[in-house]
Amino acid sequence: MPDVRYSPLHQVHLDAGASFTDFAGYQMPVRYSSDLAEHHAVRTAAGLFDLSHMAEIVVEGPEAAAALDFALAGKLSAIAVGQAKYSLLLSPDGGVIDDLVVYRTHPDRFGVVANASNRFQAAGAIAARAAEFDATVVDESDDVALIAVQGPASLAILEGLADLVTEKSARDLGYYWSTLGTYRGTEIMIGRTGYTGEDGYELYVTNSVATDLWNELAAVGAAHGLVPAGLASRDTLRLEAGMPLYGHELGIDTFPAQAGLGRVVNLKKEGDFVGRAAVEAGPPDGARVLVGLVAEGKRAGRADYPVYDADDREIGIVTSGALSPTLGYPIAMAYVDPEKSEQGTELFIDVRGTRIPASVAALPFYTRAKETN
Amino acid sequence: MAEQTTLKYTAEHEWILVDGDTATIGITAYAADKLGDVVFVDLPSVGDTVAIGKVVGEIESTKSVGELFAPVNGTVTEVNDAVVASPELVNSDPLGDGWMIKVAFTELPELLSFDEYTALVGE
Repeated sequence: MPDVRYSPLHQVHLDAGASFTDFAGYQMPVRYSSDLAEHHAVRTAAGLFDLSHMAEIVVEGPEAAAALDFALAGKLSAIAVGQAKYSLLLSPDGGVIDDLVVYRTHPDRFGVVANASNRFQAAGAIAARAAEFDATVVDESDDVALIAVQGPASLAILEGLADLVTEKSARDLGYYWSTLGTYRGTEIMIGRTGYTGEDGYELYVTNSVATDLWNELAAVGAAHGLVPAGLASRDTLRLEAGMPLYGHELGIDTFPAQAGLGRVVNLKKEGDFVGRAAVEAGPPDGARVLVGLVAEGKRAGRADYPVYDADDREIGIVTSGALSPTLGYPIAMAYVDPEKSEQGTELFIDVRGTRIPASVAALPFYTRAKETN
Repeated sequence: MAEQTTLKYTAEHEWILVDGDTATIGITAYAADKLGDVVFVDLPSVGDTVAIGKVVGEIESTKSVGELFAPVNGTVTEVNDAVVASPELVNSDPLGDGWMIKVAFTELPELLSFDEYTALVGE
């Protein structure tokens, strides 16, 4: 067994009375008091998440953009300084090694944020693929803390921080844009990004100021209804928002198109990239596709529960599911045979021996109301 | 709310209040806390026969599913409809309003004391 790893904020969570769960070898807060209350707080006010387990990989050099164009499925050279992009790290066979967010912080410097569970695979693959380019790849995960503020009150909370100085104001950041700055004199990167389906920000700082930043956000945020939120609420939030979770909706055997992520792969970009030929060939005929399922009542389908059609044939499998805290009915994502993927198709989830009727629904299940200003 | 030191316990995190030949059964605060917010409770019907160690109910949170195991042999005499209607009672009052079923038991096995259960869960 590898050593148990801890966030730089572990003591803060202990003091807050958090319950912990193992996540990719890290002891991370699963909830502080109630995962439902934390979920609702993010939808209506704000939640404060410690995501320091996630991996930060810096790609830097004159050919950093070209290296990422070759290593990843998207055209990262096309994004502007300050812009962020969701992308995929594909295997040569077209499967997904990881899904990640790439921030272009400087003309020749990119921050790649990978899943904690895929940290070493992602860092290793990117380094190997960048070897022929004039670029360095450095895994800075152990030095970087990631704190997310998510929810409609996020902007007001960030604007209440006394010691935050940024090149661009948080207010002026568009969705999937970022800015550099300082917090108490230490470098910070802030992205208007997240994994909850709400407006929000993700703050990357060195470990040394993480506790100060967390405590100030909690203090400023309290008046806005902010609560610390654990990974349990993060999972139900992202599920409602129809966002895939690696290991559930994505895996090494998943083609992007199956997961509805065909648009993330840029086949128009010039030059080769890893996985291109396999993606162009496409998934095998009849490969299952990701759909949303909604049901009535309170019983949720959960990961690995089989899905049947009206003729009692097993035609799919649930990858994530929960009783939606926001919507009040069970929702799930599932891979099903393509001919059963049309919206409105009536299917059945086998919930521990009981067939629960469920119909194919559009993703996401939940979309926040857009502000009109 | 039952006095937790006088209750009996199982290693599967049920508590049992014995009163004459009736056992009132619920899940412990430790189990409720581990599950997270309970959103669905499925219980047997009055008159059902239950057997030691067999699953008689399900307790679902947003994150996971827990099972209720019968700690005694007997017949269900009462079911807590309030906890079915308001599953959050399992979290807010696991030893009180969050009770699950009452069973007229024909066999009551050796159960854990409060001290033994506390030692088991390490709290």
